[in-house]
Amino acid sequence: MTSSPPAAPRGRERRARDSRVGDKIFMNFARGAGILLLVIMAAIAGFLAWRSGLALSKNDGNFFTTFEWTPDAPKPVFGIAVLVFGTIVSALIAMVIAVPVAIGIALFISHYAPRRIAQPFAYLVDLLAAVPSIVYGLWGALFLVPHLDGLTSWLNQYLGWTYLFDQTQSGTPRNLFTVGILLAIMILPIITAVSREVFRQVPRMHEEAALALGATRWEMIRTAVLPFGRPGVISASMLGLGRALGETIAVAVVLSSNSVLSLHILDAGGGTFAQNIALKFAEAGENGRNALMASGLVLFVITLLVNGAARLIIARRKEYSGANA
Amino acid sequence: MKLQRNGRSKALAIGAMALVSSLSLAACGSDDNSDTKASGGSSGSAAASAAVNCGKNGTLLGAGSTAQANAMDVWKASFGAACSGITVNYSGGGSGAGVQQFNQGKVAFAGTDFALKPADVDASKAVCTGGKAIDLPMVAGLVSLVYNIDGVDNLVLDGPTAAKIFDSQITKWNDPAIVALNPGAKLPDADIASFHRSDDSGTTYNLTSYFAKTSGGAWTAEPSKAWKGKNGQSANGSAGVSAQIKQVKNSIGYAELSFAQLNNLKSAKISTGAAQPVEATAANAALTLASSTISGTDGDLALTLDYGTKADNAYPIVLVTYEIACDKGNKAETLDTLKSFLNYTISDAAQKSIGDKGYVPMPAAIGDKVKAAVGALA
Repeated sequence: MTSSPPAAPRGRERRARDSRVGDKIFMNFARGAGILLLVIMAAIAGFLAWRSGLALSKNDGNFFTTFEWTPDAPKPVFGIAVLVFGTIVSALIAMVIAVPVAIGIALFISHYAPRRIAQPFAYLVDLLAAVPSIVYGLWGALFLVPHLDGLTSWLNQYLGWTYLFDQTQSGTPRNLFTVGILLAIMILPIITAVSREVFRQVPRMHEEAALALGATRWEMIRTAVLPFGRPGVISASMLGLGRALGETIAVAVVLSSNSVLSLHILDAGGGTFAQNIALKFAEAGENGRNALMASGLVLFVITLLVNGAARLIIARRKEYSGANA
Repeated sequence: MKLQRNGRSKALAIGAMALVSSLSLAACGSDDNSDTKASGGSSGSAAASAAVNCGKNGTLLGAGSTAQANAMDVWKASFGAACSGITVNYSGGGSGAGVQQFNQGKVAFAGTDFALKPADVDASKAVCTGGKAIDLPMVAGLVSLVYNIDGVDNLVLDGPTAAKIFDSQITKWNDPAIVALNPGAKLPDADIASFHRSDDSGTTYNLTSYFAKTSGGAWTAEPSKAWKGKNGQSANGSAGVSAQIKQVKNSIGYAELSFAQLNNLKSAKISTGAAQPVEATAANAALTLASSTISGTDGDLALTLDYGTKADNAYPIVLVTYEIACDKGNKAETLDTLKSFLNYTISDAAQKSIGDKGYVPMPAAIGDKVKAAVGALA
């Protein structure tokens, strides 16, 4: 923008006037960017709602409870029950695995590792985020799936009584559980990176106060670092969850999808929103495309709800947040 | 809470932007080049173009079936070499998308794995002034039942048995029904891992049409693009299915012949009622195609495939994909180019050239009718 010489008094005057103009330009630019975002969101929602309406008016089944997906049949029947279930379950598995590991990595980098190791280590974790999801998918299908046989049969043998881990089919583990593990690896870097930055912001005074009161390093982290970082970790997890909910191609490559809804997460089957759209779009007819848009709208709403819930949690726990520090 | 902006990631982002913009610049550059070449006229490569009647220079747009994308790639290259003034642009995206784009007037022709539905034909009348869209059989192929069983090299199946395997009514390889078809084979006492397509596809449609016709009631679902069988695992695309068959022992799946060849997979012979079980080869599939009948009316060349054939050496699980064009009322500026391209693709030389890619050259009985129909396009 404008850079004026600071010396003469006349220059100072001009600089003040310039900066007022600059302020105005910048404010309008920022406001425009904000409005643009809202317009884009509204346009997406409007477009999806319009196309969904077209499809739903032709649906012979119940959109929320039907398992099949045959929108192009003479009597179109399609529903999202399997997709909602598969999307949420695989994302939950991913969160259960990824969040604790990510917090551990973030704490290690911010509080335990010597600087010499922490820097390259942090860089490595960031690098994981740069791997394209199709590469994760191929790795998952060609390496992870054949090597998970041992783990799944162990889970089946010792935890089969929980119903959840009961394996009723033989065959390779191309199931929601494997997808969850793959998604966990994919969302690990984003949760780690954000958590790490939050943990670094913890006021030095808090940490030193805890140590001065005789806390061990773990107690210091528990009493000073984790409470301070909690809202940040929650936001980081929600970012990760967003990616897990919407992940498409890696799931499409790994999961053996079908229209069966089963809590046996070690059995091949199920499906997710994004994966279903990717697989069905190419050969879909007019109504099929609209039906896929309708499922996309539901995913859109779910993602909004998740983000809203995260905001609520953070707002409720204001007393912990850095604003009061 | 404030997050520190990492200087390194900023630098990375700038680098990535620079890379992307230089790439898109390069892409624009190559477009320009091909344009100038296109307008440069077709005086070159006169020898090669002797067999091809090029027609007017220009760009011909097509879209649709991914099953014929490999054939289109071959044809684009050889047609482009003969007629340097014409650029053919075929984007895949699937049959559904292709027909939609055709009916919106965005492309001059569309590729599809299925004959047009009456609703599609009605919709096409808006684009084809005074005419309607017709199906032209152009790219044929076959579906082979690929399997992976150690020590079994000559698996023989018939319609009912194959249908029951894919519908999980037969779950063991040493089931009496399979043993009866394979006397002497060392069939293992193992579960059958059957694989089908997780995406909707014309391959699934043709296989299930074959089941519906020949399984003697074992396959109860209507033929459809989406898989309707019970149980079994699924994989994305013929490539995905082939990869699973390769990886998983005691498995069976289905894929176009080219994928079986590419992945070195064994294909089951089909016992059709002919003297000998029939091997999955292009020559054997051509016999079945030749005996198919044309079910389209009023100039439409939609085929009814003879899945139930019992002729010697005729492989029954075949598939045909079509090009869609207007019989009358094609856009004036592309009509000439369209006719010359389709004339080329149905020519014996062009059909022969895709034989190496796992497709089946169109038998003369059908090819001659397509040639006549292409000649009559207006």
